[in-house]
Amino acid sequence: MSKRLSEGGRLIDRERTLRFAFDGKPYSGFYGDTLASALMANGQKIIGRSFKFHRPRGLVASGPEEPNALVSLGEGPRREPNQVATTAELFEGLVAESQNCWPSLDFDVGALSDRFSRFLPAGFYYKTFISPKNGWYRLFEPAIRRMAGLGKPPELPDPDCYEHFYAHADILVVGGGIAGLTAARIAAASGARVLVVEQRPNWGGRSVVDNVRVDGAAASEWVRSAVEELEGFGAAMRLKTTALGAYSHGYVLACERLSDGSNRKGGLRQRLWRIRARKIIVAAGAIERPLVCPGNDIPGVMLASAIRDYLTDYGVAAGREIVIATNNDDSYRTALALSDAGIEVPAIIDTRPSASGELPGLARERGLRVIESSGVAKIFGKRQVRGVAACSMGGSGEISEKINCDAIALSGGWSPTVHLWSHSGGKLRWDDHWVAFKPDPDFPPLGDDGIAVAYAAGAANGELLCRNIAADAEMASKRALADMGIDAVPVESPAVESGVENEAPIEPAWLVPNNMSCADRARSWIDYQNDVKVSDIDLAALEGYESVEHAKRYTTLGMATDQGKLSNVNGLAILASDLGTAIPDVGTTTFRPPYIPVAFGAIVGEAAGNLFKPVRKTPIHSWHDDNGAIWEPVGDWRRPFCYLRFDETERNAVNREVLGTRQGVGLLDASTLGKILVSGPDAGRLLDMVYTGVMSSLPLGKCKYGLMCNENGFLMDDGVVARIDEQTFLCHTTTGGADRIHAWMEEWLQTEWWEWRAHVHNLTEQYAQICVAGPKARELLEKVGGMDLSKASFPFMGWRDGRIGEFNVRVFRISFSGELSFELAVRAREGLALWETLMDAGKEFGALPYGTECLHVMRAEKGFIMIGDETDGTVTPQDLGLHWAISKKKFDFIGKRALERSYLNGSNRWRLVGLELPRFKSKEQLEDGAYLYETSAVNEHGHAKMIGRVTSTYYSPTLERPIAMALVESGPDRFGEFITINSKDEGKAIVAKIVEPVFLDSEGKRQNA
Amino acid sequence: MSRYSAFAIASKAMRRHSGWERVWTSPDPKRNYDVVIVGAGGHGLATAYYLGKNHNVRDVAIIEKGWLGGGNTGRNTTIVRSGYLQDDSVAIYELSRSLYETMSQDLNFNVMFSPRGLMMLAQTHHEVRGYKRTVNANSLQGLATEFIGPERVKKLCPIIEINGPRFPVLGAFWQARGGTARHDAVAWAYARACSKMGMHVVQQCAVTGISRDEEGIRGVETEKGPINCKKLGVVVAGHSGVLAEMAGFRLPIESVALQALVSEPIKPCLDVVVMANTVHGYISQSDKGELVIGGGTDGFNNYSQRGSFHHIEETVRALVETFPIISRLKMLRQWGGIVDMTGDRSPIISKTPVRNLFFNCGWGTGGFKAIPGSGWAMAELIAKGNPGPLAAPFSLDRFKEGRFIDESVAAGVAH
Amino acid sequence: MLKLRCPNCGFVADETELSCGGEAHVKRFGPGSSDEEFESYLFLKKNPKGVHFERWRHSYGCGKWFHAVRCTASQEVFGTYSAQVEGPPRELFDEISRRRPGWSHKD
Repeated sequence: MSKRLSEGGRLIDRERTLRFAFDGKPYSGFYGDTLASALMANGQKIIGRSFKFHRPRGLVASGPEEPNALVSLGEGPRREPNQVATTAELFEGLVAESQNCWPSLDFDVGALSDRFSRFLPAGFYYKTFISPKNGWYRLFEPAIRRMAGLGKPPELPDPDCYEHFYAHADILVVGGGIAGLTAARIAAASGARVLVVEQRPNWGGRSVVDNVRVDGAAASEWVRSAVEELEGFGAAMRLKTTALGAYSHGYVLACERLSDGSNRKGGLRQRLWRIRARKIIVAAGAIERPLVCPGNDIPGVMLASAIRDYLTDYGVAAGREIVIATNNDDSYRTALALSDAGIEVPAIIDTRPSASGELPGLARERGLRVIESSGVAKIFGKRQVRGVAACSMGGSGEISEKINCDAIALSGGWSPTVHLWSHSGGKLRWDDHWVAFKPDPDFPPLGDDGIAVAYAAGAANGELLCRNIAADAEMASKRALADMGIDAVPVESPAVESGVENEAPIEPAWLVPNNMSCADRARSWIDYQNDVKVSDIDLAALEGYESVEHAKRYTTLGMATDQGKLSNVNGLAILASDLGTAIPDVGTTTFRPPYIPVAFGAIVGEAAGNLFKPVRKTPIHSWHDDNGAIWEPVGDWRRPFCYLRFDETERNAVNREVLGTRQGVGLLDASTLGKILVSGPDAGRLLDMVYTGVMSSLPLGKCKYGLMCNENGFLMDDGVVARIDEQTFLCHTTTGGADRIHAWMEEWLQTEWWEWRAHVHNLTEQYAQICVAGPKARELLEKVGGMDLSKASFPFMGWRDGRIGEFNVRVFRISFSGELSFELAVRAREGLALWETLMDAGKEFGALPYGTECLHVMRAEKGFIMIGDETDGTVTPQDLGLHWAISKKKFDFIGKRALERSYLNGSNRWRLVGLELPRFKSKEQLEDGAYLYETSAVNEHGHAKMIGRVTSTYYSPTLERPIAMALVESGPDRFGEFITINSKDEGKAIVAKIVEPVFLDSEGKRQNA
Repeated sequence: MSRYSAFAIASKAMRRHSGWERVWTSPDPKRNYDVVIVGAGGHGLATAYYLGKNHNVRDVAIIEKGWLGGGNTGRNTTIVRSGYLQDDSVAIYELSRSLYETMSQDLNFNVMFSPRGLMMLAQTHHEVRGYKRTVNANSLQGLATEFIGPERVKKLCPIIEINGPRFPVLGAFWQARGGTARHDAVAWAYARACSKMGMHVVQQCAVTGISRDEEGIRGVETEKGPINCKKLGVVVAGHSGVLAEMAGFRLPIESVALQALVSEPIKPCLDVVVMANTVHGYISQSDKGELVIGGGTDGFNNYSQRGSFHHIEETVRALVETFPIISRLKMLRQWGGIVDMTGDRSPIISKTPVRNLFFNCGWGTGGFKAIPGSGWAMAELIAKGNPGPLAAPFSLDRFKEGRFIDESVAAGVAH
Repeated sequence: MLKLRCPNCGFVADETELSCGGEAHVKRFGPGSSDEEFESYLFLKKNPKGVHFERWRHSYGCGKWFHAVRCTASQEVFGTYSAQVEGPPRELFDEISRRRPGWSHKD
């Protein structure tokens, strides 16, 4: 039974008791505890259930590498599944629940599957559930889905805030242990801008746990002074900040935990750091691996280092009698620490033929029993360890002796934390001495300059001996500085003493015992969370899943929430041994960010809710909002779709707006239309290339409709161009096209015709633009007064600068509605005032605001095309009958060559027509995007042969019947023909007549009025 | 080769699973084959499989520079759908989807095809029109898709926020028989079936050169020596450009990185596949419980299988906006693949300037769903030397003629 | 997340400030060109795994276009230079060759 000792625990404050609940039961712990240490102090052995077989699971580790102790943390909208108990700081009122078990953690029905585990080997689901067809989807999969998954998903939106933080550093040091601090000290002293991040809430790494002495004093003393010194140099020092991933060119993401670990509600929860570092020093330490032996997943079996951590940091003993099983000297430190704390260590089972190093010597001096050349034959207990059976390491598990114990410390050696090194391309090599993959200094991740961007230091560099760590870090730091051209200032590196001169080498012990029986291979775990056992790797190898990627995917090794931090190397080694190859030849899987899971909320940062994508607003936006606008997103803008009055429907509102405008006068906020000013001696030349028509000859004071194609010959935008002066043109674009067309012109100007003298400015937001349309438009404006708007002096397709009321305006006499229409541009800040002035003056004429849908209906009644409706990126100007807008005289314009290609000149292209529905169908509107087809033909794929599609379809309140525009194969040659259109009501195809696409005022009397 | 079944597992369990055969054999390559396929991803293996099954061409080697299924086949978000717009796309994707329906039985390997239904959210009026257009086209193409309203969206996918402040859900394009499949299993199942037909799957064997003469193709140079063949099919996705250069021509292809990510596993909360093209993100929940998420591509040529983080950010932003409850879930793993994008974003299944050299590439961000159909069409092209109606529209010469198969016309990223 | 130095404004810009415009120094073919020339201009882009000359725009910075030479496999950047040139500057060839011995410029 684990328990809190009466003394010890360097991180806890025994004066401050904290109450918390786990699975509804009240517990208490101390300030400074993690949820894991507090549960352990309370004797809680089972904390979670494994993924596949729902086996009872206890704590294994003391850090984020923990695979078992995942809990659901928090309540209500703050409940979060899959939190790792070992990194969750305890706070007053913390509420945690176990996961993946039903009805309770202690009694879990799902654990039945463990009884059948023999029939559920790795990948069993690939070989079964095959028949019948649909059986998988309907029967088996739903059951499996319910069994799978860990925590329950949240049910409410996240009430907390997150933020992003940008940081630049010459050197980013990841890890605040002796290696990290040593490297940072040299760099900071040498004048480099240094940022140090440490994932734990305290500095010092392992050294402070392991009784290391630095410069003759306790490590904690040195750590404290080093941190102070660094702060003095101006280095940024961040605790509780985990580096998650390294990306190209020294870009590193880190997540800082702010209100996690406290019961503070609201405010910032986490901060995502986006760091651009010139150099990264990876001093992230190393992670211990368990030994793979039978029964090694029973609660009470832990990493040797973790047992030491809980003891030293939290004053918690993992058990009363703790047996150690190991293949290396370091784990003897656990034995010594336990024995110092008065905890019984009945035996140390060492796989090595001889444990003769200094550390085993010290253990023996205290009377601890070391059993050499031995392995673990069996671990007794189901829900918690009751004892262990030793066996000869060379044998196949014949029990040589039984030892009572209630916890077991396993150590299979250490794996350097190379994740960040690998994320951006650094290679690894196998180190036979330390039996681990470590960074290969010959193949570091490269920066933009082709030079190393990361340097590994200390344990992360495979330097696992404490006394060499400082020197290794010094070297890494100096190399990084030199590569940046910074002279390293001589700084005395600390002298680190671990209390022993030498450690005997580790010896690989991948299977304990070596010749484990078949039955034991099926009871020896490699990946705890995903229940991957030795037998699963054996099966993968047997069946030919030989590459580590295949084996990993087949068995799910290393795919759990710990991403294989404890299991990868063991799995790899066992695969290698199954295949009879060397470990480095099997290779390693690719390390992918993030190092630990990161909340989606943190990735989102501030960009949630209203800040998800800020809305662009015209100067008149607020008026629309106050007057019943139904908003339609158009690009990043919002435009009024229509304005609702009282309780009318949208459809009625649109009809009212159309009729009101056609019979009186309507106002449209056209401010979103793109306004691009092109000026300079070669402005006309540029526009002649960009537009299909000739713009350079446009007279002053005149406007002209223009089309733009892309280089593929397809229509991309349209709008009216006004000639402002000899060297200046104002080009209107569609709302969505403004930024794109501006960039498009810039691109050609800068990258193709850079010697042309022209400038392009996007003035879209500088002006508000109001369209006043309808037979009473002139009357309204004349009432406000200020300039001559008579037909004679200001004809259609002209523009004038002048005054309307108190406003300096530029008036364009253009029309997209087919009505008499004036578009007034004013400085943006006057937009709202002008709009209100016009609405006021318009009262007597029945002036009303109209929205985009009314605009669409009116333009369709006139047969005007709309970019995005009649065009879709595959339509040419000719398809739309816009030959008149294409210059025949010009040698070249963008898209001209493309339009000469065979397919774009075929006689069977779909071309623009109008559609008229038979009278009896006159209430029925054609469906958006309906297709026209030949009733008697099929194409080469056996589909109905489509010969056209409806591009726009509206009810015309003016004509009191539906109208539609369509692209139809050889359409203009078929006026008067009847054609079949599909409809959503099956079998109720509609027949329509092909007509000219202009439904109203084809002579243009209204707009010319 | 013994058949897979629950009985087989039970009987093998008695001998502690020591009696299983290899899924595929790993022979050294011969000197000569009738057909060599370069690339043992899903498309390459499916090509070989249908060469054997449909055309009785069995003297085939599939050679792979890494491990089979290790490229985009094992890196995608496993979506299977066929609700495209254009006739030619629908023909091949729907054949493909229908082959997925029976793939587990056909190949005696559970590829876990799960037609759980797929929706593409319409979040602008423009999208509503685009999807309605696609539904209309699909009805004439004999494909069962429909446009559903926001209430139905919410019913099918309760965790969705349909009244988001920025892009409310106006409806969705719905393909009830779209879904997902287990990506690795598809490659493994085809490899097993090819092996069973006596074909050679040769892994760890990079192609270093393509040998040709005036007559046409002669074979390939590889790390394991030269291999001669009568016909050569290149099916290597992101590396197509590199192989084309070896053969002496250029393809209308650019290679870019596409990223994906998964969350930690949670209990089921999302039964359907949801794609949101306005905000650029798509999401489904795997059988294991992970949310599988994908988004847009990087904008520059990239062969590094690593993308830029801001794309992940954009995608996650969009999905948290659409599914607010996922904010407190965590990203577990992200990765990238190299996808081959053509000028019109539709694939190439085509003859080439070199006689008896055929390319199948350009599947871009949407290749997984096409694996069986693509293999079917490519096998026909290789076996007959000329494309059938499935492959014909996807020939290389369309770029010269201006005859594009443009799927972007009705929807955004859409894969 | 790449970073490139914009030669126009001198700033080292993050990828989020930049947009890539594809292969550099592509000759535009207009009216009068053959179908083959036109196809190659629009579609047959170089797509090397390795050293690549490309166009970038400092879109959310100074707005100017420039050229960059980048390795598409390692993301190493060999240099950036003006957009208003027909071909890369000589000294850049030397720099690439220095870092990639045996590299030669292919058109």
